[in-house]
Amino acid sequence: MKLLGRYVDKGMQGNVTLMPEESEDMWHAYNLIAEGDSVRSTTIRKVQNETATGSSTSSRVRTTLTIAVESIDFDTQACVLRLKGRNIEENPYVKMGAYHTLDLELNRKFELRKPEWDTIALERIDMACDPTQSADVAAVVMQEGLAHVCLITASMTLVRSKIEVSIPRKRKGNVQQHEKGLAKFYEQVMQSILRHVNFEVVKCVLIASPGFVRDQFYDYMYQQAVKMDIKVLLDNKSKFMLVHASSGFKHSLKEVLQDPAVLAKMSDTKAAGEVKALEQFYMMLQCEPAKAFYGKKHVLRASEAQSIETLLISDNLFRCQDVNLRKEYVNLVESVRDAGGEVKIFSSMHISGEQLAQLTGIAALLRFPMPELEDSDDEDDEEGAAGGNDSDSD
Amino acid sequence: MSRHRIVRGMDYSDEYDGYNDIYGHSVDDDCVSPTDQQWLFDRTGARGQQSISAFISKNKDIQEEAEQGDDDDEDEAYRKARRDSESFQMPELTDLDQAKLSSCVDEVRSVVGDSVSERRIVETTMRFDYNIQKILDEILNEETNKIEREKQFPKPKISANINKVTTVVTTPKTPLKVTLATQKEPKRGFEIASPKVPGSPVVSGRNTPVDIGVGGDDAGRSATSIFKVSKDQAHRNAQQLYEQERSSQKSHMHMIVIGHVDAGKSTLMGHLLYDTGNVSQRVMHKHEQESKKLGKQSFMYAWVLDETGEERARGITMDVGQSRIETKSKIVTLLDAPGHKDFIPNMISGATQADVALLVVDATRGEFESGFELGGQTREHAILVRSLGVNQLGVVINKLDTVGWSNERFTEIVNKLKSFLKQAGFKESDVSFTPCSGLTGENLTKPAQEPALKAWYGEGPHLLDIIDHFKVPERAIDRPLRLSVSDIYKGTGSGFCISGRIETGALCLNDKVLVGASREQAQVKSLSMDELSQTSVFAGDQISVTLAGVDINNITVGCIICDPQMPIPVTTRFQCRIIVFNVKVPITMGYPVLLHHQSLIEPAVVCKLTASIHKSTGEVVKKKPRCLGNNSCALVELETSRPICIERYADFKELGRIMLRVSGVTIAAGMVTKIR
Repeated sequence: MKLLGRYVDKGMQGNVTLMPEESEDMWHAYNLIAEGDSVRSTTIRKVQNETATGSSTSSRVRTTLTIAVESIDFDTQACVLRLKGRNIEENPYVKMGAYHTLDLELNRKFELRKPEWDTIALERIDMACDPTQSADVAAVVMQEGLAHVCLITASMTLVRSKIEVSIPRKRKGNVQQHEKGLAKFYEQVMQSILRHVNFEVVKCVLIASPGFVRDQFYDYMYQQAVKMDIKVLLDNKSKFMLVHASSGFKHSLKEVLQDPAVLAKMSDTKAAGEVKALEQFYMMLQCEPAKAFYGKKHVLRASEAQSIETLLISDNLFRCQDVNLRKEYVNLVESVRDAGGEVKIFSSMHISGEQLAQLTGIAALLRFPMPELEDSDDEDDEEGAAGGNDSDSD
Repeated sequence: MSRHRIVRGMDYSDEYDGYNDIYGHSVDDDCVSPTDQQWLFDRTGARGQQSISAFISKNKDIQEEAEQGDDDDEDEAYRKARRDSESFQMPELTDLDQAKLSSCVDEVRSVVGDSVSERRIVETTMRFDYNIQKILDEILNEETNKIEREKQFPKPKISANINKVTTVVTTPKTPLKVTLATQKEPKRGFEIASPKVPGSPVVSGRNTPVDIGVGGDDAGRSATSIFKVSKDQAHRNAQQLYEQERSSQKSHMHMIVIGHVDAGKSTLMGHLLYDTGNVSQRVMHKHEQESKKLGKQSFMYAWVLDETGEERARGITMDVGQSRIETKSKIVTLLDAPGHKDFIPNMISGATQADVALLVVDATRGEFESGFELGGQTREHAILVRSLGVNQLGVVINKLDTVGWSNERFTEIVNKLKSFLKQAGFKESDVSFTPCSGLTGENLTKPAQEPALKAWYGEGPHLLDIIDHFKVPERAIDRPLRLSVSDIYKGTGSGFCISGRIETGALCLNDKVLVGASREQAQVKSLSMDELSQTSVFAGDQISVTLAGVDINNITVGCIICDPQMPIPVTTRFQCRIIVFNVKVPITMGYPVLLHHQSLIEPAVVCKLTASIHKSTGEVVKKKPRCLGNNSCALVELETSRPICIERYADFKELGRIMLRVSGVTIAAGMVTKIR
C-alpha cells in the first residue's frame, strides 16, 4: 500500500489517501474502512440519458464519487472489496443520495475520511505501508488423498486449492490401484502448485505431511519436472522445503509454522509470530491457569487491575459495526499499552487468528496470577468465562 | 440406451416403483399436480411439521390444544392429532410394560387401521391398563361419535376419511403400507413416528438427494417415508436369515495387531500365515530371494502383508494389511496395523473394525522400554483400542530369543504391562500373555520347542491357542443396517466397489441403501466377502459391495451407508462426553481438533465446554469450565464444517465412539451423548 497523503488533525479527524498495490492491501483496506466513513474513488457508473424526444441512451462513464459507506463486502478468495453507500458529493452524473457500489481497484488511489481516527486504524496504515513486512510463502499440507495448497502472506492465509482424491487402500494382490491412485493425486497437487504459486514472489514453498508422503511427492514432482522439462520447478528447486505435519488438514499449518527449520527462515513474519503467541497462551493456561484468561469480561477486569502483560486480540473485533463496541476494544488496547503491556493484533485470516476468534477473540497473559477472576464466574454463571460470542441455543 | 443396461436381469418392480407412485397418486387430495408437489413447500406436510416440533422441546401444550380443538374444526383437529402423534413421546415404562404396550398398540392398529393417532392409543391403553377389549371399545366409540358429528356438518375434505373409518368399524383390516412396515417391529430400538396420513407422502425421484435439513435428531428420522424399499427388504427377519445362512459356518472375528514400531507385528503375522498354510511355498521363496537382494532378509515374512513398494523399501507398515486364517473354531481376519506414529490414523480406522486385539511388544532390552514410555506406541495403541471398544487383548512378548528366552524378562514385562493395562481399562481375565518369536516361529502354531523356553513355559498356550480362545462378541443383527465405508476402489466389473464393515444389521443383494450425509439412494448390485460373492451379509462382516445409482464422488472414506427406513442422523454439531488424555496444552473453546469416527477423519472445533464432570461418579464438577486439563472428563460440544453421520452412543455403541487428535497425538476419546 502506498500512502499518498495524510491529513489527520489533533481532534483525530481527517482524511488519508491510499493506493493499494497488491491483493493483500485490500485486506488492510477492509480492516480500515468502517460503516459511516466516507470514501472517494474513481469508479465506473452506468448513466442513463433521456433525450427530449423520450428515447433513452445509456452510457458508461468513469467518474470520481464520494460515498458514505453503508455496507462493506470482502471476497477473501478474489481479494475484492466492495463498498456500498450513498453519494454525498455533487457530481454531474450521479445525484446526491443515489446509491452506488464502489469496487476498490488495485493501483487506483482512494481517499478515506473518518469522523474519528483511532490508534488501531492509524497503526493499520503504518503496517500496510511497511514494505519489509511482506513475505510470501507457499505451503502445501498434504496426506494421502488430501492436500491444501495455501499462500501465506503477512496478514492472510489463503487456501488456493483443496485437493481431495480417494485413493484405494492396499489390498491383497491389488497394489496397482493404490499406486495408480497415488500418482494421480500427486499429479493433481503438482498441477495445482504450478497454477497457484507464483515463484517470482514466493520466498519458499513448504511441503508438509505426515509419514513419507512429502518425500514421495517431492520425488514424483522432480521426476515429472525433468521428464516434461518444467522450467519453473527446476529453477526453483532450492525454494522447496520439506517439513513434518501430522495431517493434511488446514490447521496443521500451525505445526508447520512452529517447525524450527521454518521459523529460522521466516521468523519475522506475522503468521509465525501469532502462532507462537497463541502457543504461549495455551502453555500458560496449562501451567498457571490463574495467569491466562480469555473472554471479554475476564480480560476487561484484568485490564482494570493493570495486570495484562500480553494482550491477544483478533482483528475481527475491530471490524464490528457497533461504533461503541469498537471504541471499547480500542480503549482496552490503549490502556494495556499505557500500562506497559504488549498488544498483539491477530489477523483473522491466519490459522491462529481463526482459532483465537473461536476463543472469544480476546485473550490475555497476566503479569501476576488473579485467581479471583476464575472464582468470580461461579456467581454469574450466565455470561461466565465462556460467554463472549458463544450463542447458546439449548 | 437400453443396450447398455442389463435388461434381462432387471427387477421390474424396483425399476417402476417410483413411476407407479406418481401416477397412482390421487389428485383429489389437493389441486396441485402431484409431480410438482415435491418442489413445493407443504405447510401441513410431515416435513414442515417435524421441523416445527423439533423446536418445541416439551410438546405438552400441543397435546392439550388437540383435545380442545376436537369440536370446532375437524380438519384442524385431525391435522393436530397427526402432529402430536409425530412428536409424541412414549411414556417411560419398564421393559415388561413397554412390551405389553406395544403389543396392545399393534392389536388396536390391526383393528382400527392407522386413522387413530398413536398417542391416543397409548393413552387409552394406559387408562384401561392394557385391557384390549376396553381399549377397542373406547376408541371405536369415539370414532363413531366423530362420524355422527361429521354427518351433521359434512365437509368435502373429510369425506374420504369418513368412509374409511366406517369401513374400518365393520371389517377389520390391516392397511399398512410398505413404507410403514417398521411399525410392526418394536424390536428395532427406536421410537417410530406414527403412520403418516394417507395421501400425503412426498414422492421423490429415484436418485434425487433429499434435502432433509441437517441437524435435529427428529428431522433425521422423519425421512422414513421418503424412501421406498422393496417389500422383501422391509419385512426381512435378519436374525432368522442369519441362522439359516451361518449356523453351519465357523464364526467370524476380526483381530487387529498393534504395538510399537518395529515390535515385529508384520513379521509375526507373516510367519503365522505361512505356518498355517495361507502363504504358498513359492511366494515365500520369492519374498526370501527378493528381500535377500535388498539385504533385508529379516523382512521376508513382513512382506507377506507389506505389499506396496514404498512399505517394502522402507521396511515399515504404512497402511492396515488384511489377511485371514482359520483356527479350530473360528475364521479370523487379521488386520496388521502400522506401528509408526504418523500412521495412527490408519491404525484407528483398522481398529474400529476389530473385535479383539493382539498387542505385540518387543522383549529386547531397551526396545520394550522405549515403546512403553510416554509417547511410545505400546501405550497409545493399547489405550486407543480400548477406547474404540475392544475389550479382549492378547499380549505377545515377541523377540524373546534375543534375551535367551529368559523367564525373568518375561515376567518383568508381563508385570509392567498388567498394571498398565488394568489402568487402561482392560479386565484381567480378558488379557492373556504368551512368549514367542516372530522370526524363528517359536511358539506360534505349535507348543514351545526351544529347550530354554520349554524349561519354564512348558506346554503353555501358543499364539494360535490364544487367538482361538477369544470370545466372539455378540452381533447386533436385528438392528437397522449401518455400514461404515473404509475403502473405495474400482471393481473388476462395471461400477465401483466400496469395502467396509457392517456394524449392525444385515444387507442382501438388491437392497436399497442410503449413502452418507447426502443420503443418496443406491442399490446393492453385488456383495462379496473375502473374494467370494454372497447373497446376504451380516453385522460384523468385512465386505465389499458394488453399488449402482450413486456417483463415486459422493462417497468418501468414512461415510456410513444405512437403512432407508431407519436413516442415520446427519449433523454438524453434537455433544459428547470425553475423557482427556495427557495433553500438552489444555482444551479450550475454539480448539481445533481432528475428529476420528470409524474410518472418518474430519476437522472439528470444540465449540462449547458444557461441563466438567467427575470421572467415576459422573457428577457435574463445574459448569462451563474455562479449560480442560490432563485426565479430566467433560461434556463438550463439537462442530464439524461438513455434515457427518453419527449416532448416539446409547443407540449404537459402535457408531457413537469418537476420538480426538491434535498434531499427531490423541488428546481425548469420547462418546456421543446428544445430536443436534
